[in-house]
Amino acid sequence: MAQVLKFTKIQELIYELPIERVMKKGVIRVSPETSMTELKEVLRVNRISGVPVLDGDQLVGVISIEDLIKALVEGDVQAPVRKRMTTRMITVRENESVVEAVKKFAQYKVGRLLVVNEQGQLKGILTGGDITRGLLEAISLDYHAEEISRYRAKHIFEDIASDQTSLILRYKVKTKDFKQGGNASSKIKRALDRLGGVPEVIRRVAISVYEAEMNLIIHADEGGELIAEMQPEVIRIMAIDQGPGIPDVEQAMSPGFSTAPNWIRELGFGAGMGLMNIKKCADSMKLESAVGVGTQLEIVIYLRPESREEQNHEKEKDSEPS
Amino acid sequence: MTPLKEIIKTLNLEAVSSAGLGDPSVVGGYAADLLSCAMKGAKKDYVWVTLQSHLNVVAVASLLNLAGVIITEGNRPDQETIARAEKEGVILLVTPKTTYTVVGELTLMGVRGEV
Repeated sequence: MAQVLKFTKIQELIYELPIERVMKKGVIRVSPETSMTELKEVLRVNRISGVPVLDGDQLVGVISIEDLIKALVEGDVQAPVRKRMTTRMITVRENESVVEAVKKFAQYKVGRLLVVNEQGQLKGILTGGDITRGLLEAISLDYHAEEISRYRAKHIFEDIASDQTSLILRYKVKTKDFKQGGNASSKIKRALDRLGGVPEVIRRVAISVYEAEMNLIIHADEGGELIAEMQPEVIRIMAIDQGPGIPDVEQAMSPGFSTAPNWIRELGFGAGMGLMNIKKCADSMKLESAVGVGTQLEIVIYLRPESREEQNHEKEKDSEPS
Repeated sequence: MTPLKEIIKTLNLEAVSSAGLGDPSVVGGYAADLLSCAMKGAKKDYVWVTLQSHLNVVAVASLLNLAGVIITEGNRPDQETIARAEKEGVILLVTPKTTYTVVGELTLMGVRGEV
């Protein structure tokens, strides 16, 4: 079995998030001279089970509810914290990633880690709960970022007023670069999605742009250009190249006709269905070509079902004999 | 609708990418090795059965929002393809079985194609 590294969003975040983003700051602390009786009140009032012990700025130990119980049993409640604290401290650095903390929790089986800076000064406290909360927040931030992009994009046509606003996306497509195949199509698809496109329409745009993009990759001598012009109601896609040109456009449009060489067919292209697919998905399609000059393909797709109907209606009216 | 996890288990498929991404429900199936045919015939939340294992399979699957791709006859996508699939959230599954066998087993599970 191939060993493939699989990263989920959570795993990614565990490696990316620095501890300082999830730790609790403003840590409650006691001094070495605090008595165990006073400590009891600190723990009770703050509803916590342990605190770090600091001598001035210097972290010198930790004391927990467990140490307090032992002191109570032994009748040693007047003792200063310094006498009963643990000096074995499990620390992590504030700039380390959360994964380091997860490792230490697993290794030492402790409930909390002390977060320190480069100089060893205490900056915060970290529990398992803090990590969970931090990850959840980070995930919802990512989610919001996409939501915000969507929101902004959706309103771009309203925010920027003109008699006719269009958004033009241009992509250079390199010849025989199968590795980049579909890149321009997925970007256009994503843009439409953010602009609030209808899924059924996005699908038709995605299919026709992909076929046009692959045609440039497979056939164009020097590659070509994909231009998507988006307007609130319509998207117009142009695929332009400088050759070789199609000798017989009608033949090229017939289903199953393909000029793809074998090695391209082996990759699954060259079905001779590309232009057919485009024709089926597009509201209108225009293919112009001249051998030695180049090919220009224009695809128009209405973005809203209403505007498509309106257009068809117009067409019908036009074709009616007067 | 059939959970993709159930298909993976019943057909004993090996997930090579994006397996951690939840469990999509499969609403239908499509089989072909020609990408333009897949573009036309496969729909959102379909599972696509194919011999092809190269990068453009990921592009097609991502553009169509497929539930998953089953790559047959022991063909394996290369690292670059797997990396792209991870990035696009495309679930690639591999099996030594033939396309014919896989489609038969899917049909028995109730995953149908379009008439």
